[in-house]
Amino acid sequence: MSAPDRAPTIAEHPISPFLRMDRIPHIWCPTCGIGTVVKCFATALQELDLDLDKCAVVSGIGCTGRVAGYMKLDAFHTTHGRAIPFATGLHLGRPELNVTVFSGDGDLVGIGGNHFIHAARRNIDLLVILINNFIYAMTGGQNAPTTPISAKSSTMPFGNYEQPFNIPYLADCCGATYVARWTSLHIRRVTKACREALQKKGFRVIEVITPCSTLYSRLNKLGTGLDLLRFYHDNAEIRHGADTRELDIDFQKRIVCGKFVDRERPSFAERRDAHYRNILGDRFVPMPPEGGWLHE
Amino acid sequence: MMENIGLAAMMETPCVVVNVQRGGPSTGLPTMVGQADIMQARWGSHGDYETIALSPQSPQEAFDLCIDAFNLSELYRVPVMFMLDECVGHMTEKVVIPEADEIEIVPRKLSDKKPGDYFPYDFEGDSIPEMVRAGDGYRFHTTGLTHDRRGYPVMSAECQEWNVRHLIEKIRNNADRIARYDEEDLDGAEVVVIAYGITSRVTRMAIDMARKKGVKVGFVRLIVVWPFPETHVRKLAGKVKAFVVPEINYGQIVLEVERCAAGKAAVTGVPHGGGGVHDPELIFKAIMEAVK
Repeated sequence: MSAPDRAPTIAEHPISPFLRMDRIPHIWCPTCGIGTVVKCFATALQELDLDLDKCAVVSGIGCTGRVAGYMKLDAFHTTHGRAIPFATGLHLGRPELNVTVFSGDGDLVGIGGNHFIHAARRNIDLLVILINNFIYAMTGGQNAPTTPISAKSSTMPFGNYEQPFNIPYLADCCGATYVARWTSLHIRRVTKACREALQKKGFRVIEVITPCSTLYSRLNKLGTGLDLLRFYHDNAEIRHGADTRELDIDFQKRIVCGKFVDRERPSFAERRDAHYRNILGDRFVPMPPEGGWLHE
Repeated sequence: MMENIGLAAMMETPCVVVNVQRGGPSTGLPTMVGQADIMQARWGSHGDYETIALSPQSPQEAFDLCIDAFNLSELYRVPVMFMLDECVGHMTEKVVIPEADEIEIVPRKLSDKKPGDYFPYDFEGDSIPEMVRAGDGYRFHTTGLTHDRRGYPVMSAECQEWNVRHLIEKIRNNADRIARYDEEDLDGAEVVVIAYGITSRVTRMAIDMARKKGVKVGFVRLIVVWPFPETHVRKLAGKVKAFVVPEINYGQIVLEVERCAAGKAAVTGVPHGGGGVHDPELIFKAIMEAVK
């Protein structure tokens, strides 16, 4: 194989304008799926031609927590589990922003589970991209609230016996307006889901199953990330509109993917404004769209 | 809670945290008085950082100092702990609320630099970096990780030194400017009582009792508890015989007084477990003991 005339430079990558190229290379392991999902999200932003000055990303802690550090947007890397409260504050303070929470399963439904539930209940205008690699990866492979039954983790060397969360069901029954699950193999589907969800209001959740070859895969002898992608290829079953109660993920069994919820429900901000308008009438002064509590 | 106060310290996010102290630990005494979170206000989160803590003694002061708390947090980009205690928190007294235009507000210092020229943590020495708002086109990044002037994480001892030293120095180098206390009858005082919050009001009765016995008692009431008025207490230590420090805990600010007295004056704490205020008699006895 002859060498190309010149090596392609990273600056030429189609999504490089969305990234902080001065921070590349990133810290993610080879065959990790997080970068793929970042690309899908950036592609969706590009396709929608959104004003990037009005898009913000908030992450918590963990492998996926590092996404905020790589996206060239107003981007905030916060504390463990608290990405949603931080993002809620950002949304309430600057309601014209399109705020996306990009974080992992341990962060969002483990330590931050309560925030996830209540943000969905209140229907806060947030898009949550939840990377589910079934494990606490950055800290050494500890058991997560998503680890499938019988899968091994560093804290459950004989296999997990706790019932894991079914994330689409959790999001659905708490009131999310958009719920989808894909794997990082479904590049076009994830991109489409991001595109759809970015155009909606309310609390939107996209769960993306991704390989963790360094911990989950190694502890469970599942091969490389590529082997897991092959597994997704053979075992992902697309069932749009499936009953979210039936979306549990068992160890190395089929993974039901698709768009399960797409509905309209008044968002927190809409309900708040309607309520005060009803109670206070003309005395109600809504917050200006660009935020208004700062002295300038 | 505390992890996020650390985040605010690290990101240099202005904020005010109100802590109306009750007896603890744990659920402790809902809701009866304590003053045992004073050290927590200073050291609560992990890692090294400085905060500012204010301790009002009355509803009027709670109103006035709350404005100062926000101003200080904006001025120094630091979490400000607003340390009431249950007694002051539940107290009913007349409060004069000034006209809005009479209230001095420190506006947030927003950068007028163009995106591209702006770095979130551009500072020289103990100067305070300028802020920008999300959504205004700067596309900036901040993190709780140790970071450089761009706000980018850098995992090195050198960057940690640069980063943390700034968090410390911006407060420590301005400690005398931030310090606020009331003082009474310090000239020729043999004993000085140092107190804050509700305990400062109880102390007045004890001081009156001691004065009737002919003891020359001075009084320092801490309004800003952190940073501790170190320079002032050090100076006083060379002049007085003893400090008496009543507080509703088992010895927190008394440790600071001991440190600053540095053996030049005796220091007596008057501890109290909480659930009530000191019997002035206890403070009076400590004063009489200290003057011997």
